[in-house]
Amino acid sequence: MVAISINLITIVLLIYTVFKDIKKAKKALVRAFIKAVNILPMLLVIIVMIGLIFGFIPPDLIKSYLGSDNNIIQIVLASLFGALTMIPSLVALPLAGSLIEAGASYTPVAAFITTLTMVGFVTLPIELKELGKKVTVLRNVFAFIFAVIIALLIGGLI
Amino acid sequence: MNKKDEQISLKKKLKKGLSNTLKYLVAITIILIILYQYFPKQIFSSLVISKKYGIEMVTIFPAVLILMGLADVWIPKSLINKYLGKESGLKGILISIFLGTLPTGPLYIAFPIASELLVKKARLSNVMIFLGVWASLKIPQISVEIKFLGIKFAILRFIFTLISIILIGYLIEYIVNKKEVVS
Repeated sequence: MVAISINLITIVLLIYTVFKDIKKAKKALVRAFIKAVNILPMLLVIIVMIGLIFGFIPPDLIKSYLGSDNNIIQIVLASLFGALTMIPSLVALPLAGSLIEAGASYTPVAAFITTLTMVGFVTLPIELKELGKKVTVLRNVFAFIFAVIIALLIGGLI
Repeated sequence: MNKKDEQISLKKKLKKGLSNTLKYLVAITIILIILYQYFPKQIFSSLVISKKYGIEMVTIFPAVLILMGLADVWIPKSLINKYLGKESGLKGILISIFLGTLPTGPLYIAFPIASELLVKKARLSNVMIFLGVWASLKIPQISVEIKFLGIKFAILRFIFTLISIILIGYLIEYIVNKKEVVS
């Protein structure tokens, strides 16, 4: 459903662009292709990793580590993992989905996704340079705290 | 950057991506072959799952990437400069959110834009909201989120993250302004 609609939207917009400005269409496709090639290595790793998680880790084990709700240590660890890793979120979302399918609960997964996008450990040097120490520290600390709250809320409501 | 330079940098990026892909492919294949010697059953079921997820990704990723490419060519970065930071209040928040969700560019592009806006005396809370939304609530990525994590998860995360981002924006502005008044 989602895949069909997003493909349709893209096709319509692409056809429109081709007729409106063929150079722009070419440029867009080149950029998309380069982006694809650059996330491909990570994508391969994640696809294999998802398979290995299902193949090797019994669901009971995943449930016992990532399954129980409202375990604050678990949520903080998932948040830290999200803040420190540099997986593009496009690739991290399928991984998160596979963890849910394998028995993890929504709370730690939500924490991981939220800090992954909101807290930028890897981009910290650029942020410091562009925005200064005070704003950068405040932004990332608040983002981390709110990520834990968001995770608890999602876990409670879903 | 002139056109020739841009083409060279694109070629470099392409080359780097392709060689990395090849390296990873070889490494993964070797690891899987070694593991297969010891755990044939587990590796077999792993591959079945990998195939399933691989196919699911192929159905959505090309479209998402092309959408991002199209956004890159249609939405000029100057648009953000032009509209963000001029308005305050609710209108300012809404504009910041709208510009942040546009499917263009990674976070490290947003930081220079943000600092330029601050130099131009845009409101700090609006710039923080723009950055937060840019990082976590991009429209094409939300479609991937719906596909792999479900629409309920995506909607809940969108709402709570949006509220958090607005609160964080105002909190930072409050703290920074207070400190500046004191000093």
